[in-house]
Amino acid sequence: MQTTKRPVHLDIPKIELPIAAFMSILHRATGAIMFLALPVLLYLLDLSLTDPEGYQRAGEIMHNWFFVLLTFVLVWSLMHHLLAGIRYLLIDIHIGVDKPDFRQSAQAVTFVAPVVALILTGALL
Amino acid sequence: MSRKASGLKAWFVQRVTAIYIGLFAIYLLIKLTIGAPAYFAEWKAWLGNPLVSVAALLFFVTVLLHAWIGVRDIVIDYIWNTSQRMVALSIIGLFLIACGLWAAQILILARI
Repeated sequence: MQTTKRPVHLDIPKIELPIAAFMSILHRATGAIMFLALPVLLYLLDLSLTDPEGYQRAGEIMHNWFFVLLTFVLVWSLMHHLLAGIRYLLIDIHIGVDKPDFRQSAQAVTFVAPVVALILTGALL
Repeated sequence: MSRKASGLKAWFVQRVTAIYIGLFAIYLLIKLTIGAPAYFAEWKAWLGNPLVSVAALLFFVTVLLHAWIGVRDIVIDYIWNTSQRMVALSIIGLFLIACGLWAAQILILARI
């Protein structure tokens, strides 16, 4: 690994990210969030499949207010990651590469994801 | 340590797994919102169905691969020290394999 003395600009409050870059870092962050949630989700799945009491208990946990919040965060993570991923796959086959499509699709992903997540969380619980 | 490493295989695996995961996730979301199993017996029966069970197992396999590639990218981007990187990748790798084995247990036992 190289060691250079080149200046580094990491003044986060001053950096202005274009919408596509913002969507991109969220794509990475939502991926990481879902990765960290894996054991929690597996635990719930395990519990719900053990016996009827476990299924009951899993349902109770999921309706606890903290869990409702967590569910929303996870559903939003999934929606953002999925929609951003589809945008990237389309760009891979050269759809949406030029402006204004590139910028507009990034905006669409960023703002549609939480709205869909809200609707889905309500429908799931 | 110098070896020519092309990212092509990982790039491809990430895309292919992404497509399957996306399709299964959409199916899952539709199923859980419109036709959610209402009680334990229904829930277990749905996951015990061989078609659903295999699709779900495949889902976990693809998620593991997809997650490994993604998190590995994050580690490579932010952890530059060689030994720290090796430790991080090892722990993450073992963690993902453990999750996969746990998921396999859960789903296979649900068919009994």
